[in-house]
Amino acid sequence: MSQDGRLTVALAQMDPALGDRNRNLERHRDWVRQATEAGAQLLVFPELSLTGYFLKDLVPESAIRLEDPIIRELGQLAQRLDVVVGAVIEEPDHRYFNASLYFSHGQLAHLHRKVYLPTYGMFDEQRYFAAGDRFRSFKTDFGRAGILVCEDIWHLSSAYILSLEGADMIICPSASPGRGITTDERLGTAESYGLVCRTYAQFLTTFFLYCNRVGYEDGANFWGGSMAIGPNGDIIAQEEDADEALVLASLDLGDVRRQRLANPLLRDEKLELTINELRRVWHERSRKPF
Amino acid sequence: MSARASLSEPVFPPLAINASLVRRILVGFIRNEVRKVGFERLVLNLSGGVDSSLVAILAAEALGADNVMALVLPYRTSDPKSRSDALQVVAQLGIHHLEIEITPQIDAYFARFPDADQGRRGNKMARERMTIAYDQSWAWRGLVIGTSNKTELLLGYGTIYGDMASAINPIGDLYKTQVWQLADAVGVPTAIVQKAPSADLWTGQSDETELGYQYRMIDQLLYYLVDQRYSIDEAERLGFQRSFVEQIVRRVRDNQYKRRLPVIAKLSSRTIDRDFRYPRDWGH
Repeated sequence: MSQDGRLTVALAQMDPALGDRNRNLERHRDWVRQATEAGAQLLVFPELSLTGYFLKDLVPESAIRLEDPIIRELGQLAQRLDVVVGAVIEEPDHRYFNASLYFSHGQLAHLHRKVYLPTYGMFDEQRYFAAGDRFRSFKTDFGRAGILVCEDIWHLSSAYILSLEGADMIICPSASPGRGITTDERLGTAESYGLVCRTYAQFLTTFFLYCNRVGYEDGANFWGGSMAIGPNGDIIAQEEDADEALVLASLDLGDVRRQRLANPLLRDEKLELTINELRRVWHERSRKPF
Repeated sequence: MSARASLSEPVFPPLAINASLVRRILVGFIRNEVRKVGFERLVLNLSGGVDSSLVAILAAEALGADNVMALVLPYRTSDPKSRSDALQVVAQLGIHHLEIEITPQIDAYFARFPDADQGRRGNKMARERMTIAYDQSWAWRGLVIGTSNKTELLLGYGTIYGDMASAINPIGDLYKTQVWQLADAVGVPTAIVQKAPSADLWTGQSDETELGYQYRMIDQLLYYLVDQRYSIDEAERLGFQRSFVEQIVRRVRDNQYKRRLPVIAKLSSRTIDRDFRYPRDWGH
């Protein structure tokens, strides 16, 4: 964090090559160089930035393990700034996860395994991936952060949990294919993501960083639209086009405190009530005779 | 059947499109899917109809006119207007073109089968045009770009391994009525957008006569059935005639085979396209 309490974030709205990890690693180095030159302190890559998205049976061969040398190489990207990378992680028990890795000071500082794997319509993630089982916030040099990968944000509870755990910033790496053509100037998906991300930022009074990829895979287009949103729900920076772009945003970290003073939603949140009610709902559901 | 007044009649609102957004996505699609597999050029069969004229414009915009080859392949019974419309698009865009009349080879073949009906002859012509497109693809090092729209693909109104064959298809997710909107917006000559759609496999052929219904009606129904997943009963409650709904549903179902690779007898634990699943863009 700089002296004036500001944080410069960069969103690497990139087009990864499908199933070509080496080429993508090289591209990551270029983006890190650009972001460093632009003065960024945090650089976010999209979901599965190291591999591409519609991997299908390429998932196992695209995977990396946490003990592999590539983890050190990725750590080296994060010498002068923090870097969030999307990768397939293979666990020692050979489960594969769609994961997002947070590197800081050359080390892996946090890892989020995507919990909600879309398996409907054009998506088939549960066929290939195991689902993560937790949402955890973590400490960074700029306050507490939490990561949600793409579909994770379509479940209210995920952002809610991170918020109650103290996240000041939610980072959402995404690989969202564009669809929904109407007379609007934007795709249906772009509209709904904009709505969801801004709503979370405002409801939870957190910064929200959404980094979506661009490019095409098997005819599907990724619409970009990466954005940084302040804790009042306002968009600080956004790339409207579906081209590769480094989206830079300067965040005033004091905005979280000021917004929570003006709008103490988090203070008034009734965690125990929520837990009790959810437990009751769960009990009632599990007691159904058939 | 009279020519439609496609530009003056109001568009069914759910199928109205933002043409500049669609154009941007499709031009990007062509550029991306062609270049990443190591090509720079495209080959297409240009019939002089709205679908192939639209694709020609998108292709020229994506890769430059100098990288697009239009094949104009008339048969002796083809409407001369088709050829002149095709050549007008060629001239408008400044793309390469090659004109090859397919009459000799078609007639030579059917000399042995003089009783062949129109459907059989039409399919043969469509496949002849396909083999020429793929031969030119090899000779000119250009990918074959397809021109089948969503309505045709769903109804199976096309020749399998004929006009349905291509390497990439930018308009396969646009209904015919959406093709008209986009074609109009990107500058397909109005006369081409306005004329009655025809496969032009024989004189006086008309899509809408053959299909039995107007594209406007068919597309509205397909929108509800396919995109919104309405049941037959629900579609009928919207006001569509039940016999119409049932016919369209049957056509979509009966032509499913045309939209798939040949069915493979399963023997091993990894059968192509069933449990051997790789993206088409593997490594790109």
